[in-house]
Amino acid sequence: MTTLNEPLYRDDYLNAGYGVKSWFLTLDHKRIAILYLISITFFFFIGGFFAVMLRLELMTPQGDIVTAETYNKLFTMHGIAMIFFFLIPSIPAVLGNFFVPMMIGARDLAFPRLNLFSWYLYNVGGLFTLYTMVTGGIDTGWTFYAPYSSSYTLSDPVPVVVGVFILGFSSILTGINFLVTIHKMRAPGLTWFRLPLFIWASYATSVIQVLGTPVVAIALVLLGFERLTGVGIFDPKLDGDPILFQHLFWFYSHPAVYIMILPSMGVVSEVVTCFARKRIFGYKFMAFAIMGIAVLGFLVWGHHMFISGQSIYAGLVFSALSFLVAIPSAIKVFNWTATLYKGQIEFRTPILYAFGFIGLFTIGGLTGLFLASLATDVHLTDTYFVVAHFHYIMVGGAVMGYLAGIHYWWPKMTGRMYHEGWAKFSALILFVGFNLTFFPQFILGFMGMPRRYYVYPPEYQVLNVMSTAGASILGLGYLIPMIYLLWSLRKPKTAGANPWNSTGLEWTTPSPPLPHNFDEVPEVTHEPYIYEGGSHPHAVPVSDHEAAHE
Amino acid sequence: MSKHDSELAHQFEDMAQQKEAATLGMWAFLITEVLFFGGLFTAYIVFRTEFPAAFASASHHLDVVMGGINTGVLLGSSLTMALAVHAAQEGNRKSTLAFMTFTLVLGLTFLIIKGFEYQHKFADNLFPGANFVSHGAEPGHEQLFFVLYFMMTGVHAAHMIVGILLLLIIMGMTAKGKFTATYHSPVENFGLYWHFVDIVWIFLYPLLYLIDVTGRAQ
Repeated sequence: MTTLNEPLYRDDYLNAGYGVKSWFLTLDHKRIAILYLISITFFFFIGGFFAVMLRLELMTPQGDIVTAETYNKLFTMHGIAMIFFFLIPSIPAVLGNFFVPMMIGARDLAFPRLNLFSWYLYNVGGLFTLYTMVTGGIDTGWTFYAPYSSSYTLSDPVPVVVGVFILGFSSILTGINFLVTIHKMRAPGLTWFRLPLFIWASYATSVIQVLGTPVVAIALVLLGFERLTGVGIFDPKLDGDPILFQHLFWFYSHPAVYIMILPSMGVVSEVVTCFARKRIFGYKFMAFAIMGIAVLGFLVWGHHMFISGQSIYAGLVFSALSFLVAIPSAIKVFNWTATLYKGQIEFRTPILYAFGFIGLFTIGGLTGLFLASLATDVHLTDTYFVVAHFHYIMVGGAVMGYLAGIHYWWPKMTGRMYHEGWAKFSALILFVGFNLTFFPQFILGFMGMPRRYYVYPPEYQVLNVMSTAGASILGLGYLIPMIYLLWSLRKPKTAGANPWNSTGLEWTTPSPPLPHNFDEVPEVTHEPYIYEGGSHPHAVPVSDHEAAHE
Repeated sequence: MSKHDSELAHQFEDMAQQKEAATLGMWAFLITEVLFFGGLFTAYIVFRTEFPAAFASASHHLDVVMGGINTGVLLGSSLTMALAVHAAQEGNRKSTLAFMTFTLVLGLTFLIIKGFEYQHKFADNLFPGANFVSHGAEPGHEQLFFVLYFMMTGVHAAHMIVGILLLLIIMGMTAKGKFTATYHSPVENFGLYWHFVDIVWIFLYPLLYLIDVTGRAQ
């Protein structure tokens, strides 16, 4: 109905408007995704800076660079920046924002203004946190455990708590937006079991964001109240209950781990099937496994509290339920492997990251079982074993998946291809650097080195030096993509609509996409991953768009 | 183009889809609200189970009559809001506005009564903190009751204030003739929010005021 009065050549979403206002007041989900990309990259490098400081301090057994207090602040700020301001928004707010509407054939998310608003909330929360960072930081650990955070710390946790509280609403609003969009705005014929697995993953993630985040929000309100009025809610000396804070905190913060890992699983599913040129193995199992992880993820928070004074019977139940999470997780790993089996694998950058994800996630997941066992957890709690375990999940898993997605969709987002050689090189560097950094920490933790101390006995030094050396390689591995990805923006937009020959709806649009994504709402008549047998049903509309461009 | 087509945002195919999306969005939001209050209710359950006697005696300080009147006021406002939604569905702008005005007045009445209650608590030194004075057997645990009382009713009152501001906006839109018999989902969704805030109070009133009615000194 609108095509009549539009010119033949049309601006993509990047050219549709110029100037500051066209970005800061944009309602286009693709531009908001780019805004998020810039914001979270900023916080990623801030968090990375703190990590570098930590690893430098741990090169030697004694304290040399920083004091104990500063060290406490460094690991706290590292955790807060990385978890709240990078990992949780990373894939949902950037790749999800950009591709959820495009993968379901919609012109935008259901609530574009809410989407922009959540980006602003993110940044307001970020400003509160930055304010704390530049005025001295806090030393409570990212978990804000009471009563230390409310009654004892000499640093001021209130601004960060306010920042994380505000950030939480950004996360909730993104979740609501995705839920409604996926429920109500799928293209005709796009039934639930024709949805790409990235959409299933985004859906499950949104459910967790909507159900979990409000609980940590109210826990932080109560914490702030205790801190400001000196009245006991959590401080046992003032008749409060510290375990209650831990329950409320982990009711969100354990599912939050799945906010970080599920979207990466979605990305890996897209990438594995595309570059193996095969249907995903066991589509429905994959979809149910995603939902299964999201649901079970809500029932296991108590495994963070085995030694905290929680009832031993509660511990038993939480332990058993935690083991159950391994089942859907294993289904996913087996099915990716089965998809790769006898596939015609093209070794391009995205699948290298996906390989990294599968291997590292498996190690991270299996070491999680050590920690879910009551007896071994008593030995391993608060050691470097825990640190290594969750870095294998969050960095080896979530960040690898994020980078797989960035590399997979970069041509669609920008219209440009990055330098494949450098990209492969940095994927390799990241894998090596990651393992060198974190594998020694498993051994350190098993030998008994506690986390969160800036000094340690000299017998731990060799492994710590290995870890620090690995971290420097890892840091380099993160800097290289920054350079070649930004460099690619200087090149002309020659990536083409569908450089990977993918079957997803997002690849039927020109690269970069038009502001409203689709001229006509696409109709879906088939399952998502028809890779066997050469051409796929979307070939026709792609060439149409190409013609319109010339 | 007909009137309601101008209300169709570009990302939607038709008015029905837009309406369903808005309604689902509001329900999803209310679920987050349930969990937000849920954290407070959890804390309440934990502490009341731990300190039943202190909670009963602390509860005696609350004014059952004022709270009871407020319960009636809020229930009445929910009725008038439901009638406003019904009038909006029929496209009757005049009675929509009239019922919304009733809702507004009742909502403000609730807040005014609540304000007097708070004032009495402050005057009796029952606000938690350095000035808290209690003559009960377990002052620390009674203070916990008042932490929860002020937190729960305070968060509820904050929702009432937001509700009243939203109601004023919706009334302005109604007066301008934005809504028709076919397009009025903001009115309906605001109604959902208002009823939700009402329901929270229906739980708060017995939990806080009616712990031990028979044991009151009077």
